[in-house]
Amino acid sequence: MAIGGITAAGVRSGARRRLAALLAPGLFWLIAFFAIPLVVVLAYSFAVPGPTGRIEWRFTLENYQRLFGETLYVSAYVRSLWVGLLTTVICLVMGYPLALFTVRQPPAWRAVLLFLILIPFWTNFLVRTYAWMVILSNNGIINATIQALGFPRQILYPGEGAVLIGLVYGQLPFMVLPLVAALDRFDFTLMEAAADLGASRRRAFWRIMLPLTAPGIAAGSVLVFIPTVGQFVVSDLLGGAKVDFLGNLLQRLFTRSNPPNWPLGSAMAVMFMLVLTVAIIAYFRATAEERR
Amino acid sequence: MARRAPEAGGLLLRLHTGATLLFLYAPIVVLVVFSFTSDSFGVRWTGFTLRWYQRLFSDERLIGATLNTLLVATVATLIATVIGTMLAFAMERYRFRGRTGLEALLYVPIVIPEIVMALALLGFFALAFGLIDAWFGVRPVMGLATVIIAHVAFTVSFVVVVVRTSLKNFDVRLEEAAADLGADAWQTFRRITLPLIMPGIIGGALLGFTLSLDDFIITFFTTGPGTSLLPVEVYGQVKRAITPKINALSTLMLVASITLVFLSQFIQWRGRRSS
Repeated sequence: MAIGGITAAGVRSGARRRLAALLAPGLFWLIAFFAIPLVVVLAYSFAVPGPTGRIEWRFTLENYQRLFGETLYVSAYVRSLWVGLLTTVICLVMGYPLALFTVRQPPAWRAVLLFLILIPFWTNFLVRTYAWMVILSNNGIINATIQALGFPRQILYPGEGAVLIGLVYGQLPFMVLPLVAALDRFDFTLMEAAADLGASRRRAFWRIMLPLTAPGIAAGSVLVFIPTVGQFVVSDLLGGAKVDFLGNLLQRLFTRSNPPNWPLGSAMAVMFMLVLTVAIIAYFRATAEERR
Repeated sequence: MARRAPEAGGLLLRLHTGATLLFLYAPIVVLVVFSFTSDSFGVRWTGFTLRWYQRLFSDERLIGATLNTLLVATVATLIATVIGTMLAFAMERYRFRGRTGLEALLYVPIVIPEIVMALALLGFFALAFGLIDAWFGVRPVMGLATVIIAHVAFTVSFVVVVVRTSLKNFDVRLEEAAADLGADAWQTFRRITLPLIMPGIIGGALLGFTLSLDDFIITFFTTGPGTSLLPVEVYGQVKRAITPKINALSTLMLVASITLVFLSQFIQWRGRRSS
């Protein structure tokens, strides 16, 4: 059938050509500079680290054996996952009420609150971490306050407490925004209905609001958990590089240690991805279960 | 807290919100205030000065790093916005084989730990440059070009997400109407579709620009020894010591971020009003 001089087949092949043109540059970029580099890391992880940091292309499983055999690496994994979990839970407990309050406000006030939550989200991560160095430093305002109250000066930073504060501070906006989106879609008349049917507020919250906003909780948790487990900046700056997180070891193996050990670092990265994938699948399964 | 949820906000919820906002903003305010302090350690208030800003503007290394960072963010954003918008069109307007696979390929860069992507790019560039050296006898070096390539790779997915949202909200009947009135495909795209999804494209570009501007990890891994970029400079200086000069620099970076948020909110608001 001819439409304006173009046959149906002509339209189809024209559409196919247009589709190919639309896809080509983006697809090229994502394959060449994202997918292939990941395959390269996988390949490195089975190669032999040479004495000068050069890679010898012989197959070995030794990198993985070292990873599981040495306490340094195992404890870095455990510490990173544990602190990631802790940060996620704290962000959730702090973020949920904030998101709830935000969506329940009249439009103007709500817009202001959303804006206030967005600003840290768009602000440089290094700057936000640095701000805590200033506050927690030996002569900083917290110590000045402590001393003014008559107590001895405390070493607040570098330390593990400072790292946790910095992580929560850095990630909180990433938890709040998906929660706001989820609570925004939540129909609050359901809570009234539950109350009319005799449910206590506590029960209505646990049985109705929480399960129905579970997708937001899941999205926020993943957004907080992944970067926290892989970070190295906060533990470097606020922890004084005293305790090793996964990210610190990765950074050192790739850029600083003399000689660098890319195969071992790659094996660490591959294991990290595997652990994360398993953790996230388990998490989504669990939240899906809850919703049923 | 939760028990008071059905109301517009109980006392506990109010207190919690106040405390959390204080937690979010106190460090930012402290940083801004201490960029004007005369204390040379930059952690106490000992009087007002603009000295640190003067020093900042005469630090040629930092100015050079800032210009480099702006250059990277601008070029990366332009490339990512064009190819991201094209991908968004392909995903929203066509059904094709491998679409689900592409969906995953677009999703993974958003969720992957940044450090894994960063070291993968470093490993890839080293390997590729080694091969180029072996075949052609020239060895490229890491620098602005590698950083730009990497920034496009990690921001393009975000652009696609934002542009796809505005394509989803787009009323396809407008295009059909244009075609009925005799416009060809290009005219319809140029005069109808593009103007209507422009807020989405600009929103995606602004998000990509901010991500690129702020990125430290991928930049750190893909830059070369001769190239200085702002986040890498800041990291190097911050690791050494707290200085009021860094407070001043942080304040300026804050002002830049806040301006960008205003801009993106304004564009979104105007986009909503016109559609």
